Amino acid sequence: MIKRFAVILLLLGIGAIFTGLMVNYVPDKALNVTARYYAEQTAPDLGAANIVTAIIVTYRGLDTLGEVTVLFLTAAIVGLVLARGSSDEAPARRDLPPPGELLLTGTRLLLPLILLFGAYVFTHGHLTPGGGFQGGAIIASGMLLMLLSHPLRRFGHRLIAIVESIAGLAFVGIGVLGIALAGGFLDNRILPLGTFGELFSAGAIPIIYTFVGLKVGAEFSSMLVNLSETEDL
Amino acid sequence: MDLIAMATGFLLILIGLFGALTNRNILRMIVAFAVANTGVNLVLVSVGYMTGRTAPILDSAVPVAEATARVIDPVPQALVLTAIVIGVGVTALMLAYAYRLFKTRGTLDISRYTDLKW
Amino acid sequence: MNLNIGMALLLAIGMIGTAIMATRGKRSLGISILAAGLASLLASVMFLLLGAPDVAMTEAAIGSGLTTFLFFFVLGRVRRGEND
Repeated sequence: MIKRFAVILLLLGIGAIFTGLMVNYVPDKALNVTARYYAEQTAPDLGAANIVTAIIVTYRGLDTLGEVTVLFLTAAIVGLVLARGSSDEAPARRDLPPPGELLLTGTRLLLPLILLFGAYVFTHGHLTPGGGFQGGAIIASGMLLMLLSHPLRRFGHRLIAIVESIAGLAFVGIGVLGIALAGGFLDNRILPLGTFGELFSAGAIPIIYTFVGLKVGAEFSSMLVNLSETEDL
Repeated sequence: MDLIAMATGFLLILIGLFGALTNRNILRMIVAFAVANTGVNLVLVSVGYMTGRTAPILDSAVPVAEATARVIDPVPQALVLTAIVIGVGVTALMLAYAYRLFKTRGTLDISRYTDLKW
Repeated sequence: MNLNIGMALLLAIGMIGTAIMATRGKRSLGISILAAGLASLLASVMFLLLGAPDVAMTEAAIGSGLTTFLFFFVLGRVRRGEND
């Protein structure tokens, strides 16, 4: 009882701080200096229509590299924590009920479309909302459908690891190419900027975001596969 | 509208914190943290909102020349995009540890884990 | 404009309701997880109203979809500990 009282007291304090923040909040009337720079310079400098993508991939590309690294570490630690000790007996092969015609046919029909949509989302990241992270999540959801329809099938960790490593190396490689050929690490102007608003424009942004998408998709898939393979307590 | 979103975000943070502090089941605590995470993202995006402007995507509706006067602040949005992705990573990590704890002790009740209590 | 504000109010009420449903310990854990996912989904519509389509997509795909499935994978493995 006294614990609950303390919790409520603490939350009242935090709530008072939040109320103070809200009462004194004045919305900006115009963009601040940083945002104005991004809004003005994105189109002429980088040729990308989506300013958020331009910030994530180019202006703050190093942060994205860090973010992808954090995701990789998370996937690796999830794999490590959930790994079956090799001394464990082989996983008991329970006879699961078959997944059912609807799920199997649906998977066969939907999986290519889901993968295609994921690829569309991450190749058009510089033009429309979306990009590598969203596309990667969509690809991982296709993987999830496969996990649901074939629960006992062992997926190739090796394939996921290869896709993940190659995408990561390519991401860093393009970044280093930016130092050599253009203005700095992850500069997208190593390729011609092209016509504003077309698919093959904005220099290297579609290519970088494709690799980010593959890497993120592989990392989420690896988390899902690891969690789903912990069957049978 | 930004004030509505901001108030909702703050309330979600408070609800999530309350749930995380009062529940005893580890999985319920993780669910509460996920709710609080959504609230934080909502507050951050609502800070960048400006009335009467559109999304920071340049096209025929928002020509490049008028961009500064027509688009919403893109910086908080980029920040929140990162925060969401990291948030799911943190949640996955917490879930993996919760599963591991359940496997070693056979319970998810936080009050049974007294090893580090003093 | 008024339509937007009305919709935002509805979304706010829905989000607070689902959040309370998710964190109160009365209901079963599966319903809590689904309510948290629903709050996240409503938040993604709110992001769309706030002019952030990128964030809305990310929240819908990652925050609402993948997180819920991660929870359910773990919930399926810890069936016995659910009622602790």
